Amino acid sequence: MNLTLLMYLVPSLVMFGCGVYGFLTRKNMIAIMISLELMLNSVDINFVVFNRYLFPGQMDGMFFTLFAIAIAAAETALALAIIINVFRVARKVDINELTKLKF
Amino acid sequence: MDYSQFLFMPQEIGLLFVFLLVFIYDTFMPARMGKHLPMFATILTALYTVYAFFPCPDSWGMAFGGMFESNPATWVMKNILNVGVVIVMLQSIKWTNDDFVSVRRGEFYELILLTLFGMFLMISARHFLLFVIGLETASLPIAALAAFEKRYYESHEAAAKYVFTAVFSSAIFMLGISFVYGMSGSLYFQEIGSQIVGVKSPLLILAVAFVIAGVGYKLSLVPFHQWTADVYQGAPTAVTSYLSVISKGAAAFAFMVILVQVFGAVYSQVWQWMLYAIIILTITIGNLFAMRQRNLKRFLAYSSISQAGYIMLGVIAASQVGMTSMIYYVLVYIFSNLAAFGVIAVIERATGRVTMDDYNGLFKTNPWLAFTMMLAMFSLGGIPPFAGFFSKFFIFVGACHTGSVAIYVLVFIALVNTIISLYYYLLVVKAMFIRQDECVIPYIDSHWTEEIALTVCVMGIIAVGVASGIYTFLNQVTETITPMFNMVG
Repeated sequence: MNLTLLMYLVPSLVMFGCGVYGFLTRKNMIAIMISLELMLNSVDINFVVFNRYLFPGQMDGMFFTLFAIAIAAAETALALAIIINVFRVARKVDINELTKLKF
Repeated sequence: MDYSQFLFMPQEIGLLFVFLLVFIYDTFMPARMGKHLPMFATILTALYTVYAFFPCPDSWGMAFGGMFESNPATWVMKNILNVGVVIVMLQSIKWTNDDFVSVRRGEFYELILLTLFGMFLMISARHFLLFVIGLETASLPIAALAAFEKRYYESHEAAAKYVFTAVFSSAIFMLGISFVYGMSGSLYFQEIGSQIVGVKSPLLILAVAFVIAGVGYKLSLVPFHQWTADVYQGAPTAVTSYLSVISKGAAAFAFMVILVQVFGAVYSQVWQWMLYAIIILTITIGNLFAMRQRNLKRFLAYSSISQAGYIMLGVIAASQVGMTSMIYYVLVYIFSNLAAFGVIAVIERATGRVTMDDYNGLFKTNPWLAFTMMLAMFSLGGIPPFAGFFSKFFIFVGACHTGSVAIYVLVFIALVNTIISLYYYLLVVKAMFIRQDECVIPYIDSHWTEEIALTVCVMGIIAVGVASGIYTFLNQVTETITPMFNMVG
């Protein structure tokens, strides 16, 4: 069976959609982080697949993916540190209870 | 590799040098010298700002295979941001020497310099990889800065909200870039720009929408603005002022470069209308929500949302005049907003009070603070003869240069909103000058660094409006990059 471009792109977009859905509906901050990771990783898939199928002669997409992975790792580390800080101060990881700042 | 390419980035290298010096000072100096670190960092940054005003000979051009561009416009924009950063640093010297934050004061200055470096990369990037790296360098450390006041719960909540929206927006932005890459096979701005001439595909529209959404989060345009008020309120005031002016100014410039250089060919087909709707929403909703705020930091958050809408008027013009007026607007906005935040920071540091009712009768006890705040509010509201009036005037003129009727309507809506905004800006002035209260804020002996920062802001508010040479100079500077706007169609 030959894998076509679409067979990668559709799952990647579904993955992105799952990420957005999870970001909007999840209550637990760790789960929100996981949703964000899904979104970032689906972007990586997009880049690699476009590069592999449409522009096999160059490496731009692959390089972008490498950098995007590094950036995603930095983002996760920072977000986890902040979640831990919030937990230390408030003893909560539920995003719905972070409601002190509102009008 | 040709190392002479680094000569194209004198400002970045200078900034990196300042950062390293501050870092070395923070790490290796004995603890008793720590209290001089804020002054050291500020003076160093001020010296660097003066140095950055003098461009190296022949330092305009492309470096690193066209990834990095240095031209007079980027040079001016970076200098404006430098000035703003020096003011922010001056304002925060006293605060960083407080007992509760003094342990981490080095990190404050290091992260500020590092985010500024990221913004420089954003401004100069002509390749999406470099741009994304700059964007992340500019936005992620701000989350750490927002969580700076460890003892306050609000600070952590603000940081959590900021980091989630920042990652969410950059994911959306990168999805947009991946579509652009799939269409054009390149990540260079210019190559993409020439590839998409005449392309009419849904993918392109989607890509433009995602890119606008991604950067729109950074600029807090409506409907991507929900995080703004919470983060501005929860973060320490020094960080809020940094976030609201410097970060916003850099993002606005980079936004314009991307829209013009990458998507310039589909200006009238695709993004003019997206931006059109966004501007109307941003200005109106920012204004309407600002009216009902009692907390001054939240109030300025919504006011800065609506100011971002005005800045976007320069972007929608997509012309050299638009760019000039946008840079001018950012310059004026830096002075006026930093003056307002400076006053709030002084009062918050001394008394811990930030609501509008606390400012009742402030003029009686602290006439100079009240006077500065009044000038800032007049400038933000656009009352002549202060700089804010001229910046609004020029940005309207710049938008009208496009000549289309729709833009005239847009400018009219913006004009009506300016009048509405006067109402809530004057509420603050009214509280300070007219209303009375039993528990007025007592006289505050502000630190001399804060006084210098506020004086610089006041001088900027008055002088930038009066000195017409500044606009002429900016116009000459942007004329050198007019070829960039040839693609717009």
